Amino acid sequence: MIDRLSLRARMLIAAAGAVLLVIAAVAYIVAVRDADELAPTSGQPMIDGPRMLVVSERKLATISATDMTSSRHIHDVDCVRSYAAADTSVCMRPKDAWTHTLVTMTGQLEDTHEYKLPGVPSRARVSDSGRMVSWTTFVGGDSYTSSGMSTRTGVIDTQTGDYLPSIEHFSVTLDGKPYQAADVNYWGVSFADDDNTFYATLATGGERYLVRGDFNAETVETLATNVECPSISPDGTRLAFKQAIDNDPQKGWRISVLELSTMEITNLSETRSIDDQPAWLDNETVAYTFRAADGVPSVWSVPANGTGTPRKLADNAESPAPLP
Amino acid sequence: MYLTTVTKPTNVDPVRGRVAGNVVALGAVSLITDISSEMVAAILPVFLFLNLHLSPAAFGAIDGIYTGATALLRLVGGYIADRTQQRKLVAGIGYGLSALMKPALLLAGRSAAAIGAVIAIDRAGKGLRTAPRDALITLSSPPESLGRAFGVHRAMDSTGAFLGPLVAMAVLALTAESFDAVFVSSFCIAMFGVLVLVLFVRDHRDRLDDAPRVDFSQVGGMVASPAILRLLIASCILGLVTIGDGFVYLVLQGREDLSIAWFPMLSVGTMVVYMLLAVPLGSLGDRIGLRTVMMGGYVALGLVYLLLVGPIHGVLSLVLAVVLYGTFYAATNGVLIALAGPVIPEHLRTTGIALIQTGQALAYLVSSIAFGVAWGVWGPVAACKVSAAAVVLAIAASLFLLRRTPERVSA
Repeated sequence: MIDRLSLRARMLIAAAGAVLLVIAAVAYIVAVRDADELAPTSGQPMIDGPRMLVVSERKLATISATDMTSSRHIHDVDCVRSYAAADTSVCMRPKDAWTHTLVTMTGQLEDTHEYKLPGVPSRARVSDSGRMVSWTTFVGGDSYTSSGMSTRTGVIDTQTGDYLPSIEHFSVTLDGKPYQAADVNYWGVSFADDDNTFYATLATGGERYLVRGDFNAETVETLATNVECPSISPDGTRLAFKQAIDNDPQKGWRISVLELSTMEITNLSETRSIDDQPAWLDNETVAYTFRAADGVPSVWSVPANGTGTPRKLADNAESPAPLP
Repeated sequence: MYLTTVTKPTNVDPVRGRVAGNVVALGAVSLITDISSEMVAAILPVFLFLNLHLSPAAFGAIDGIYTGATALLRLVGGYIADRTQQRKLVAGIGYGLSALMKPALLLAGRSAAAIGAVIAIDRAGKGLRTAPRDALITLSSPPESLGRAFGVHRAMDSTGAFLGPLVAMAVLALTAESFDAVFVSSFCIAMFGVLVLVLFVRDHRDRLDDAPRVDFSQVGGMVASPAILRLLIASCILGLVTIGDGFVYLVLQGREDLSIAWFPMLSVGTMVVYMLLAVPLGSLGDRIGLRTVMMGGYVALGLVYLLLVGPIHGVLSLVLAVVLYGTFYAATNGVLIALAGPVIPEHLRTTGIALIQTGQALAYLVSSIAFGVAWGVWGPVAACKVSAAAVVLAIAASLFLLRRTPERVSA
């Protein structure tokens, strides 16, 4: 039937179709455009007791770490991931639609340095002393993995100003033997108190390992499997982490704690799937982001010894970090 | 611009003359569709991992499951297109499916399973349309100018892929970075592609009406025929030495300590070279022989591997690598189908092309896994050297296998 239409008729139909489709696209875009941004709070609301830094609707916010009803202080700082310790805060923020940057800040959230990031922000950490900053992003370009996604993890030494854009060249000892592979990916770094030893996730050959690294020597060794996004406790004896249920990330993750001296694992009382690098609020409490089915994040805490029940600390918040 | 040439009969001078209107129309459909799909591809990582907070591990697991199903669907699509002699319809369903998946991505919400399914259907649509589209190109052009016809199509196709991210960037800039707007405009562009297909692409049913109805035994007979079996084996062997863009760029980046911000320029550069050389190399194939040009493409690939371990460093090595790698694509991608098409009987052509493309896709998968293993065992340098040696062997083997394949029809 279409074959019988003249060229002119077909061109008219094509033009009409193009106009209709443009109208449809523009109409939709205008209809859904919303500009309701969170307004920064002016002044400094008083928050009693322990406080946390969180990301709330892409802004940094200071909230109470114990009282959900307490008011929030929304900072005029754009952020998608953040962390803070001692006098260092970090923020991963969009620079434009394509690139993100990592910004180091003082404890008062004044920018000190800006670093270009490859890919999409995933994790950010600051060592307890405030010296070592680590980050992880998802990178789409080098699609040598089946899903076309890999990670990039880098470290910044705020004392020397050294910026290491990737730790993928570190020498790997896997199960006691030297190891090399093209598909080595790291994520979720956590530095110990000496600001040299670190823990991280290493993924290769379809397996996810917990590694302990020596930053200055540029080496890592595997300690266990199925331990991701480790976070070292303030006393340095335990790691809070996420473990894939039945070692299958498709089934979700449980928040757990690993005793470093015995390598014993304790499941915490949070039974929902948590995909986050946990943060220690103190030696007894772990905080983390729970993402509801509708995608809205909330910050929760749970005792680190497997007892008790999870407690909600903040609605509409993610990336918790305890503030001094 | 394609509109003026669409319905006019073509075929004046095979090398310099106009390309068939149907080929240009198919090229336009591919160009428009690639703008649409690359718009989404450009923002997908940010959308999935930052807006939806999907974990890459969760996504990777879903992703792997569907790869096999997609390859199978390509074969099924090719067979149905031949059996019904409805190439345009099957291709149209493929384009339509992919178009519908753009808004579906928005509706899938944050469920990893739903998003995985949407992406799988999108790919299935791509798998479904490729073979009927290429079969239509071979049926629409005189065999002696097929190289050029495929060159024009692939150049238009890669132009779309090049424009896609730029269009996405423009939409994001105009809408205060609304991802929804990118998905919706991508959908509208894809629908326009389907409209162009429906209005301007002609199927070739009439010419083949007296051909026997296609069934499995005919497909079996086709595969068993020595000429086609050799083509199939040769294309798989050649596929086996293609380690994949990811590895090539990764080695280059590691070697040249390329700044991460410049990293994406490697694939953009390759794409531009592909875009520019597709037509000249296709035309060259019509003149000096498609097989010769294709082998030249694999020589370029071998040189890329040598470059990855060779003494040349710095900007020169990056430019050379991108030019050679783009040349490889321009000299092989469409050229293989231009070479293979006329060998396959017309009424079985879609199935035959689907077989070759599926075989090559599986070979790519095997070779990228093998290269990953070789990297782990011997390290990247040795793995590249072995790959370069493998290219030489593959060229020798394919020259032997294809020695009787007519490489051009024009005298």
